[in-house]
Amino acid sequence: MGLLSGLRDSLQRVTDSLFSEDEQKRIGIYGPPNAGKTTLANRIARDWTGDAIGPESHIPHETRRARRKENVEIERDGKSVSIDIVDTPGVTTKVNYEEFLDYEMEKDDAVRRSREATEGVAEAMHWLREDVDGVIYVLDSTEDPFTQVNTMLIGIIESRDLPVLIFANKIDLEDASTQRIRNAFPQHETVPLSALEGDNMDEVYDKIAEYFG
Amino acid sequence: MPEAKASDGDGVQIDLISAERMDGLASMEKIRMILDGVRDGKIVILENGLSPDEESKLIEVTMTEISPDEFNGIEIETYPRSSTSDSGILGRIMGREETSKLTVIGPANQIETLHKDETVISALVSRK
Repeated sequence: MGLLSGLRDSLQRVTDSLFSEDEQKRIGIYGPPNAGKTTLANRIARDWTGDAIGPESHIPHETRRARRKENVEIERDGKSVSIDIVDTPGVTTKVNYEEFLDYEMEKDDAVRRSREATEGVAEAMHWLREDVDGVIYVLDSTEDPFTQVNTMLIGIIESRDLPVLIFANKIDLEDASTQRIRNAFPQHETVPLSALEGDNMDEVYDKIAEYFG
Repeated sequence: MPEAKASDGDGVQIDLISAERMDGLASMEKIRMILDGVRDGKIVILENGLSPDEESKLIEVTMTEISPDEFNGIEIETYPRSSTSDSGILGRIMGREETSKLTVIGPANQIETLHKDETVISALVSRK
């Protein structure tokens, strides 16, 4: 009996370890619209897989569906960390199609975009509640971080006990202030970067490996 | 609900909802009550705010109800959570004291936040 149960335990350990290797950690990239989430997701995906995740744009709500890039292997200090990156639509509490008309869009297109944007936000919230194991929260460091959406989302992430890294993006711009973001969320690690220019990406990958590896 | 006329008159109706009233409601009942009020053009003030999970559902349900030229969504404001009072896992298990923050919710096209800090929320409310 002892031999049999020992054998069973060994088998269980082997299957457990196989299972855990298969189970990729899904890291959601969250934040308000136009913070640079897709630019960051593309930068990470291009650096480690050679492919992009989705189109980038200065028009808000360009990303209206959550997109997952699987098996992104990030190598740090001779070790390899494998994660799935989920690029999510920017979260907001309001969407007005009229704001898209300012980008020379026809009304029909603007209405369609706003409808898709609302579906995308709902989808992002659903992913956050059900399907991510960690969060990269991206903020535009030229903007005031003390918004209700940021406060609520960070609160939701904390309530789910998900590991979170705050990325202060767009540090290449003149008005950028990483300190303002650190002051707003001092309980979390804030990493400055420019996803567009590729500034400080070494620290970005170090922190991803440290937090989500 | 109060008997005063809804906001289709000259004014804007404000509903102040006590913590006691909210305590007896399920999450979706709270969200329904908030959104029904806001869609009628009312400003809803909660003595105690929502839990993070309820806030997440409020955003999700709001998104499903947005309709062009009719309802653009909500503006919501609470005091920022104080980082020093961040209670961690134990605090959350013992009780969600962090949700007890006064919360103001209104139609996005009628309420605009002018200023917010840890102790003051200043908002401009307009008729439609």
